[in-house]
Amino acid sequence: MTATAVCTEEDVIEALSTVMDPELDAPIIDLGFVRSVTLDDDGVTVHLRLPTAFCSPNFAYLMASDTLDALRLVEDIGQVQVLLDDHHDSEKINAGLAADAGYVGTFGPEAEESLRELRRTFLSKAHAAAMERCVEAHLKRTGLQANEIYRLTLGDLVPGENKDALLRRRAGIGLSSCPASRVFVDDNGKRIPPESVPMRLRLAKSVRISMEGNAHFCRGLLATRYTGSESAGAAPRITNLRTTRSPR
Amino acid sequence: MYQKDGENYFIVDAHIALWDARPENQLNVHGKQFIDCFYDYHRNLSPESELWSYEEYLYYGGERLMRDLFTDGYVDHAIFQPAHLGAFYRNGFGQTEEAFALTQRYPGKLTYNHCWDPRFGQAGLDQLRRDAERFKLKGVKLYTAEWQGDSRGYKLDDPWSYRYLETCQELGITNIHIHKGPTIRPLDRDAFDVADVDKAASDFPELNFVVEHCGLPRLEDFCWIATQEPNVHAGLAVAMPFIHTRPRYFAQIIGELLYWLDENRIQFSSDYALWTPRWLIERFVDFQIPEDMLTEYDQITVDQKKKILGLNAAALYGIDVPANLQLAEPAGQEGVEVAAGAREIVSS
Repeated sequence: MTATAVCTEEDVIEALSTVMDPELDAPIIDLGFVRSVTLDDDGVTVHLRLPTAFCSPNFAYLMASDTLDALRLVEDIGQVQVLLDDHHDSEKINAGLAADAGYVGTFGPEAEESLRELRRTFLSKAHAAAMERCVEAHLKRTGLQANEIYRLTLGDLVPGENKDALLRRRAGIGLSSCPASRVFVDDNGKRIPPESVPMRLRLAKSVRISMEGNAHFCRGLLATRYTGSESAGAAPRITNLRTTRSPR
Repeated sequence: MYQKDGENYFIVDAHIALWDARPENQLNVHGKQFIDCFYDYHRNLSPESELWSYEEYLYYGGERLMRDLFTDGYVDHAIFQPAHLGAFYRNGFGQTEEAFALTQRYPGKLTYNHCWDPRFGQAGLDQLRRDAERFKLKGVKLYTAEWQGDSRGYKLDDPWSYRYLETCQELGITNIHIHKGPTIRPLDRDAFDVADVDKAASDFPELNFVVEHCGLPRLEDFCWIATQEPNVHAGLAVAMPFIHTRPRYFAQIIGELLYWLDENRIQFSSDYALWTPRWLIERFVDFQIPEDMLTEYDQITVDQKKKILGLNAAALYGIDVPANLQLAEPAGQEGVEVAAGAREIVSS
């Protein structure tokens, strides 16, 4: 507790970059949800904000507690404080985070279920959307027929952003990244029978459209909500109050 | 009625409100946060020329409503879909008495739908019977994310919900509008999840379930159940204004809906006063799927636009449509055409 915090600003930003909005499948720092980062000799304080005061409390809690967890992994970070601003449950969530109370401990009797299932649902959706992007790009590039997609392996995909994203999503739900693995699989890694592939691809497409659209909407709302405020931009405001220099 | 290029469109605005969010009606900070959130939607998705001031937005009254919808807005018939939000507003958010009085003054133009909440148990059920008689209800609007005491919401397949739905069926309240969309949701239980609609739609085949905001932000979940349940419909509230800010995204939404459902189960809504109908109708009639997206979606036809803008909702509510505004083939007939998505599901 008394040890002086010496991690760098970059370490903190890097850790924040790993925290995702589960529904939009995008890093919260890119979405503008990280309002400010303050470093001092005791540790780090991060303020989060969301597109509306009524963003779902379970998602808000997920993102805030993920932020806390990600920051605690940073070496020599000292004390970590995460605060959610301007939300209808800010008080509850902030008190719960400070006390490490967990989701049920924070919200009490209404929060009977754990958030695990919700998280899994969104990881699966993120996987479906990433899979669709890769398959569509591959079809466009090679002229492969829809009924041959089932044969496609990870090794067939050209390296790049889409493939990297797919591999990350696969890791997220525990699927292999072996080049011989089939691309078009269900959430459990099971192959889709060839005759069902076109239909499943169509559904994956609507998952992708839905996620992309929500991200547009949330970014737009966040910008509208914070127009004219000191921290209107997407990048967090970083304040370094350290009296001792960090190593490096 | 709206006229363009020699075509006449009968317009039903299937989701409107007469709300009062003025400070004196706000019960707590959530009342302010809620209307601020609406106002942000309004500012974020409206064209500059259609923006209201914040004060106008808090309360606009019946006279302005009539003008925006019927004088300026081309609307032939509009349906109130009130949200009560008793935990946020002293006298409720939707203004029951004022809205109902308007429907009495303009009976051919306005329909009043009311709301119920299964957490009121037997007392609420008795109230529903009285409301059905007084308001001559043909439909209800359900806000499953409504707060009540410690509860942050309910599900459509809760046992008490089923008793209310049974009563609706008995009383001839056939149109169940259910809010599945942005803003507040129950804690823990995920109000965006449309699975409860799926169950209820299967168990109450005589009722029509209109999913407002067509499941956004979970369009895909909505499409998946609507493909399989012929009595599930898409309300375009909140989806419509994307036609201005994100026309390509709007093309995708409408393209997906036409693919998974069919043209008979999609309804236009301005969600007034979130947005005024005039510009939405004008732009929708002019709207076309962008050229480069025609490989994915078909062009939207004039007949499809006529159905979406009014004929589908008119069919659900038994609203009279003048003969010259009808199509050769009647709208709103379920099963007239099976959606492309449904065909594949059935055959696979």
